[in-house]
Amino acid sequence: MTLRLDYRTLVEPVTERARRDPDRPSVVLIGEDGSEETVSAAQFLANAVDYAALLQAAGIRPRDIVILVMRHSKELLSALWGALYLGAIPSVFPFLSEKLDRALYVQQVRVLVAHCRARAVIAFPEFRPDLASLLEGVDCQVLATDVVRRRAAAEDPPPPHEATPDTIALLQHSSGSTGLQKGVALSHRAILNQVRSCGRAVALSEDDVIVSWMPLYHDGGLIAGCIIPLVTGVPLVLISPFHWVRDPKVLFQAVHRHRGTLTWLPNFAYNHCARNVRESDLAGVDLSRWRLVNAAEPARWDSHRLFVERFGRYGFKESALAVGYGMAEATLIVTATPVNESPHVDWVETRALQERLAVPAVPEAAGSTPMTSCGFPIEGAEIGIVDDEGHRLPERRVGEIVVRASSLFSGYYLRPDLDAKVLRDGWYFTGDMGYLAAGQLYVPGRKDDLIITGGKNIYPNDLEAIANEVPGVRPGRAVAFGVPDPRLGTDEVVMVCELSGSAGPEETRRIESELRRRIAQQTEVTLHDVRLMHGPWLIKTSSGKLAHAANREKYLREQGRP
Amino acid sequence: MNAQEMRDRLRDFVCSELLRKPDYPLAADEPLITGGLIDSFSLAQIGVFVEDAFGVYVPDTDLTVANMDTIERMVICILKARS
Repeated sequence: MTLRLDYRTLVEPVTERARRDPDRPSVVLIGEDGSEETVSAAQFLANAVDYAALLQAAGIRPRDIVILVMRHSKELLSALWGALYLGAIPSVFPFLSEKLDRALYVQQVRVLVAHCRARAVIAFPEFRPDLASLLEGVDCQVLATDVVRRRAAAEDPPPPHEATPDTIALLQHSSGSTGLQKGVALSHRAILNQVRSCGRAVALSEDDVIVSWMPLYHDGGLIAGCIIPLVTGVPLVLISPFHWVRDPKVLFQAVHRHRGTLTWLPNFAYNHCARNVRESDLAGVDLSRWRLVNAAEPARWDSHRLFVERFGRYGFKESALAVGYGMAEATLIVTATPVNESPHVDWVETRALQERLAVPAVPEAAGSTPMTSCGFPIEGAEIGIVDDEGHRLPERRVGEIVVRASSLFSGYYLRPDLDAKVLRDGWYFTGDMGYLAAGQLYVPGRKDDLIITGGKNIYPNDLEAIANEVPGVRPGRAVAFGVPDPRLGTDEVVMVCELSGSAGPEETRRIESELRRRIAQQTEVTLHDVRLMHGPWLIKTSSGKLAHAANREKYLREQGRP
Repeated sequence: MNAQEMRDRLRDFVCSELLRKPDYPLAADEPLITGGLIDSFSLAQIGVFVEDAFGVYVPDTDLTVANMDTIERMVICILKARS
């Protein structure tokens, strides 16, 4: 049976399913202690309505922004759909990890509230005191999950807000001080277009079971691992990201136990799973029905190979590997590789690639680079490759990827100045560098200095601003960039800083520790390498700006890497 | 294996495999994850190493930042799991 995909709002399918098929399982939540909770379609709607009532009682109205500061939980899903039910606009904030500094974390919530003029924050009770004092004097309420009132069975639920398809449904933010300013505003129409075309691209059917561990503040977790299943009615098995990170076997056991068929993973996850799942935890696991979509960061040929080598003996098929390319600004993906065939690998000359040419080369030879295909544009999406002046480039020429899609965002929330930089004539300028070959897209890197590590976008200037405050670092003389790490299957973050005084070895070590600690506690980034220089080292442009690419090349050269 | 040997092998593993700086003078009480030296993904890797090297299965509920942030705490956690 095919899935119904012609809804007008995100709320419609959830209310309809609760009425038509109330006992059907919508979500299975796997707790960190291994416990499982199944939420039926009727219960899912009831939970959402309880949150809608909470927000309504607090005076929240349609189109108000509501920030969700909540860990992966049933409450988070309920609050998300509760806000949608009311017509308010939710945005999911990353949850506090054990590594982040709590005070700085709460401060970031305040920054986000200010940027998007949020009217409410929903948080777990333990955050109420911190947030309430921090948001004092701001027109934003702090609502804790423990004050949600269960609606009595006899009470009729209030009707959902009648959103029009072009109403903004939700905001997606990436982290860091730069990311918090860019609230990607997505309409119901854009999201439902994505659900439809992405669903077709990955051959989603009623027989599927989606298993996800990706965080809901990330487009992969929010759209692929939450909205697509809840809109289409495909059952969702949800694992906490923290749980998966520290123990990736939970994903395999969940796939086996729930006959999972589809999971979205950023590239580094293939390496993490292949290297860090204990053999003793895989006994009897059957992965023969499972297919994967590699998205959120460049797909690597060697990561796929590693994964198939490790899990092939558990029934995982190479043809079950797919790749997608996309970004939050297009809701999720704009290209995907065909189903039931492993992605095409295009071997190109490494040197020519640096000169923006994708010249076919001998596979697995020295001087050849494997480029994994991101596939063809999905329904409703168009891709172009343009040069620095915006002119179209032919196949096998590397340029900026531009996208036009029916799932494109409505703009950055309250930031038309940012829209003007990336939207031109209906085309979104992605900042990613890519080329087309035989109609398929390949993505060798970024045009700007954005670092993509572990599926997350990191703006180097956020890291550099932190370094500039570390005593001993010469202000304005710190640079951050990403360098590929084939073992991790992602870029690792490196910083080079010049020191202000003549620090001895002991002092230098103290500065490094302080820098690492501050970066970890404020941004969640772990610096792979820190170089502290006692003399001038950094390369700046003639206008005095940091030249990230040139500094990165200099670092790699000094490390003896190509 | 006594606690001192375990500490030495863990330090070798952390410095050469996770930090990839075999000469790093890592102190047994130096915060690894909250100090920004290694990331949370290493927790799983430590679990695999401990099983391979010491034959001890640390349950995943114990593979937390609180239990694994220093070499000293890792040893305590492993000894507890072994007994």
